[in-house]
Amino acid sequence: MTIPNITSVVIFLPLVGALLTLLLRSANAIRMTALVTTVLTFLASIVLYVGFDPAVDTRATPQLVDMFATWFPESVDVKYFVGIDGLSLLLVMLTTLLGPIVVLSSWTYIKHSFKGYYALLLVLQTGVTGVFCSFDVILFYVFFELTLIPMYFIIGIWGGENRVYAAVKFVLYTLVGSLLLLVAILYLGFAAGEAVNGGVFTTDWYKLIEYNVPLGVQSWLFLFFALAFAIKVPLFPLHTWLPDAHVQAPTGGSVILAGVLLKMGTYGLVRFCLPFFPDASLKYAPVFALLAVIGIVYGALVSRAQSDAKSLIAYSSVSHLGFVVLGIFAFTAEAMQGAVIQMINHGISTGALFLIVGMMYERRHTRLMSDYGGIAKSVPVLAFFMVFSVLASAGLPGLNGFVGEFLILIGAFKSTVVSNWLVVFATTGVILAAVYLLWMLYRVFFGPIVHEENRHMADLNPREVTLLIPLAVLMVVLGFYPRPFLDKTAPVTDHILEVVNSKLADVGPSDVR
Amino acid sequence: MQPELAVRLILILPLVGAIVNGLAGLFFPAYRQRESLIGLIAIGCVAVPFFVALALFVPFHGEPVLVHFFSWMAAGQLDVSFAYRIDQLSLLMTLIVTGVGALIHVYATGYMHGDDGYWRFFAYLNLFIFAMLNLVLGDNLVVLFLGWEGVGLCSYLLIGYWYTDLKNSEAASKAFIVNRIGDFAFLLAMFMLYRELGTLNFSGILENVDAIPAATTNWVVLLFFLAATGKSAQLPLFVWLPDAMAGPTPVSALIHAATMVTSGLYLLARMSALVLAAPTMMAVVAIVGALTAIVAATIALTQNDIKKVLAYSTVSQLGFMFMAAGVGAFFVSIFHVMTHAFFKACLFLGSGSVIHAMHHVEHEVEHAGEGHIDPQDMRTMGNLGKYMPATRTTYLVSMLAIAGIFPLSGFFSKDEILFKAFEYGYNGEMYAWFVWAVGLIAAVLTAVYMTRSYILTFHGKERWPLADRVHPHESPASMTVPLWILAGLAAVGGFLGIPAVIKGGKLNWIHHWLGAPYGGPVAEPHAHAHGEGFIAIEWGLLILGLLIGVFGVWYGWTRYTKHGLAFDGILEKRFGGLYRLWKGKYFLDELYDRTIVRLLIGLANRVLAPFDKSFVDGTVNGVGATMRGSGWLLRYLQDGKVQHYASAILLGVAVVIGLIVFGS
Repeated sequence: MTIPNITSVVIFLPLVGALLTLLLRSANAIRMTALVTTVLTFLASIVLYVGFDPAVDTRATPQLVDMFATWFPESVDVKYFVGIDGLSLLLVMLTTLLGPIVVLSSWTYIKHSFKGYYALLLVLQTGVTGVFCSFDVILFYVFFELTLIPMYFIIGIWGGENRVYAAVKFVLYTLVGSLLLLVAILYLGFAAGEAVNGGVFTTDWYKLIEYNVPLGVQSWLFLFFALAFAIKVPLFPLHTWLPDAHVQAPTGGSVILAGVLLKMGTYGLVRFCLPFFPDASLKYAPVFALLAVIGIVYGALVSRAQSDAKSLIAYSSVSHLGFVVLGIFAFTAEAMQGAVIQMINHGISTGALFLIVGMMYERRHTRLMSDYGGIAKSVPVLAFFMVFSVLASAGLPGLNGFVGEFLILIGAFKSTVVSNWLVVFATTGVILAAVYLLWMLYRVFFGPIVHEENRHMADLNPREVTLLIPLAVLMVVLGFYPRPFLDKTAPVTDHILEVVNSKLADVGPSDVR
Repeated sequence: MQPELAVRLILILPLVGAIVNGLAGLFFPAYRQRESLIGLIAIGCVAVPFFVALALFVPFHGEPVLVHFFSWMAAGQLDVSFAYRIDQLSLLMTLIVTGVGALIHVYATGYMHGDDGYWRFFAYLNLFIFAMLNLVLGDNLVVLFLGWEGVGLCSYLLIGYWYTDLKNSEAASKAFIVNRIGDFAFLLAMFMLYRELGTLNFSGILENVDAIPAATTNWVVLLFFLAATGKSAQLPLFVWLPDAMAGPTPVSALIHAATMVTSGLYLLARMSALVLAAPTMMAVVAIVGALTAIVAATIALTQNDIKKVLAYSTVSQLGFMFMAAGVGAFFVSIFHVMTHAFFKACLFLGSGSVIHAMHHVEHEVEHAGEGHIDPQDMRTMGNLGKYMPATRTTYLVSMLAIAGIFPLSGFFSKDEILFKAFEYGYNGEMYAWFVWAVGLIAAVLTAVYMTRSYILTFHGKERWPLADRVHPHESPASMTVPLWILAGLAAVGGFLGIPAVIKGGKLNWIHHWLGAPYGGPVAEPHAHAHGEGFIAIEWGLLILGLLIGVFGVWYGWTRYTKHGLAFDGILEKRFGGLYRLWKGKYFLDELYDRTIVRLLIGLANRVLAPFDKSFVDGTVNGVGATMRGSGWLLRYLQDGKVQHYASAILLGVAVVIGLIVFGS
């Protein structure tokens, strides 16, 4: 089956749903509309997945392209240009999969202002999907900014006690980064236009990767781009907005945030920083790798010190995303592939962890681990899913987390850019992840029930089981058979590494390699 | 049978068993009561693979068979598949795992009868078998590692099986984390090998040992050994194993005695060609093994909990196996893995049978209001042989086997270890002399502490309250039949490795089966030619081995039958501070707790977490504030009306874009 403009359909279907919800009044109709929209979008993305042919090269153009340029005058080469390559594909699938899951998880969690919540959720999905499909950097930027506002309101209106502070912090942090990003994009567009596009300003990704940015300005442009993305990831020490945002956000918001919003940062590093600015990327790779490894260890240790379960998982994200950044800046095929698959893995397992903590919160209205204890007895099914997700998150072989971490670490160890000792420290993250995650299980699930209220906690209902099952299944599938997914991303990561290497060759031998 | 189908069956059945019992039990509460169905599925899913493995084993003629299932990961040069290898080593290990495993499953259907989590228990147990089979059958290090971590997970789940007691969960977490320290080393070893060779397949590594720089080889072997000290409970990481006794006793028998803890030895045997290329590290392996053997043996002498005695005994016996590996006698370490699986599984199951009986006593005593007894404490046992003859006899046979009494199995494997150490020293490796001497002492101690446990449990007077009224009972047949079978194996298993000096070595089946000179996968050092006189030395060592076992048993038997419990006090007086060191388990737990654990937790709680709150966050907030300096922005910040700010920014962006678009 083929659907015309399928890529645009997947991007904008949620927006259509959002507009529809604005016409509705009853909470149920709104929720159902949101659910149907996200399910339809997921089905559409399956058409996308099937329509994507991994055998077709995406070096010159993505597949399933939708493009029109008429909205901008011809004097500038800025287009509506969306399409799919292996890298986009997986992240889009992750986004569309999390869509209905997030709607279902909000079903009873959100108790007021339904219309606004579900509309914003759907707008957010359009923004994120657009980010992953844009092959025009200005368009990318528009979608990138589009994600900011809905998330801000979702945290600020439906969040916890400290929601306004968290929302403001989230926005300010991100804006600082994205303004610099915009400046850099504009500069790059003009410079590349001069050099490779006959003097016409261009932000076409395929043209920009052909342009060798002069060494003098590369560092600046790289840093502007990278700062925006590093804040999003977030990379240590720019991470402090994350725990606040996560803890305060409603469950659905946390899942989206951890599942896909953070990936916009790592995606940006792979998609733009490396191929646009290879020399600067190489030059700063040791710094980024160092910060990534500090993040791995630091995030894990601070995780261990949390008393709030959600906060613990938030800090674990800092640790896990550190692996991804390390993989990106290792400049080997293994590590880069690992980084991409780890983006997906983190979305699945951390998404599941946030969902489960949200389910606990809905029952007991507390996130403090000391308010639980021994609840495996009263909620065995919830405990099962939690243990399962914890194991995936801790990188147990056979579940998804292992594949990404293993490829990243083995590739980084082989890398000549990253010091072996740094990789050794990164590998201690494997021990530390077990420390803080098992600590959480120990405090929340095991031992005798110490609070009477917990004795009759209700176990998961069918709706909750339904939304966790796809994630659990994916943890196993990606753990045992990640090959089809790796094969999809391989052409893109190979291409990016090739671009990097050829440009490095163009400007002469670099002292780093 | 087609090897492909056979391997498929062997691997998949235990997984199916785990999934069926696990999911059915989790989602259908009614299923949880169906004990016989659950037990039948679980046993079948281990027993069938045993017979399938047997069908592969009997006609096996030496050529390894590789079975490739599907590709796991591929990226860059890396290409890892779910590929499995049938050869002499993996077949032998598979037989041990499924054979002893099936017996323990049968036993557990009796032992766990009436437990709430019966379904969960057997799901975990089957999952363990699945992981263990991946470990021994995998054809590359990554599949081996999948099994390696998988057995660690099952160990975690089963130690913490009775999770409503926090102490059990604590022991489980400790086991998992200490094991992860070893796994960390395993990962690094893989990274180094991959960097050098670009592959993690066994053949790719073992055929290219010469291509690896010597320094790297040393590192890799050391890291593999560190991994082994975690999984196989050696110094400095053995501290988790005694705590692991918190799990149900069948688990202790299967995982923490017969199979999982021997993984480290399997790893070294599998990598033997590589290990032999790092002679310095072999010395480390042997010396650490010897020290562990004697440290754990001295601790075992002082324990009163019957399972703790056996746990330290396991640590000590694993030390013996590493001694063998460290002198290049990998096939002997596997031989001892096998005999140890028989007699130690039997001993653990015997202790389980005792605990089962003492639970009944505990119950009665508590019911009568006569206080509380610990069903695992030997101080409140005594004369159980009278009430449980089958348990007593099987325990006795296995006890004599581990003590090294001729002609029981332990005699042959332990004697071979000591002989190989001696021979290696004789060939010029000085460290091997040390290992041999320590091994002799540890062997005597083994005989003493095992005899002590036997006498205190089964002989003497009944020491529990109300002994005249409350009597323990023998366990049901589901438990005693496995005991008899294992005791039988513990008695005769040693005949598979009759020393070379008797009948010119033709009867040493295990050497012929595994050894590289005979086409097996386990490498060994170059043989040295010995003079005529060496035969006499060999006979002398054999007789020495015979005598030390007999002496140890005689000493323990006479002292503990004469003095009973009081002999511990006599030992304490005689050894003083040394005895307290043993009884305190060398205070390793306290040492780790006060250094590494406290340091890390303190760093996390007192330094980093506050630092994250105040410094990083504060600085960033501060920088942000300064950068935005102007008062009107700050006012927005404090109002929380960022929507104004954000929309202003968006508007600004739109204006900029507009300017670019229409201005140029």
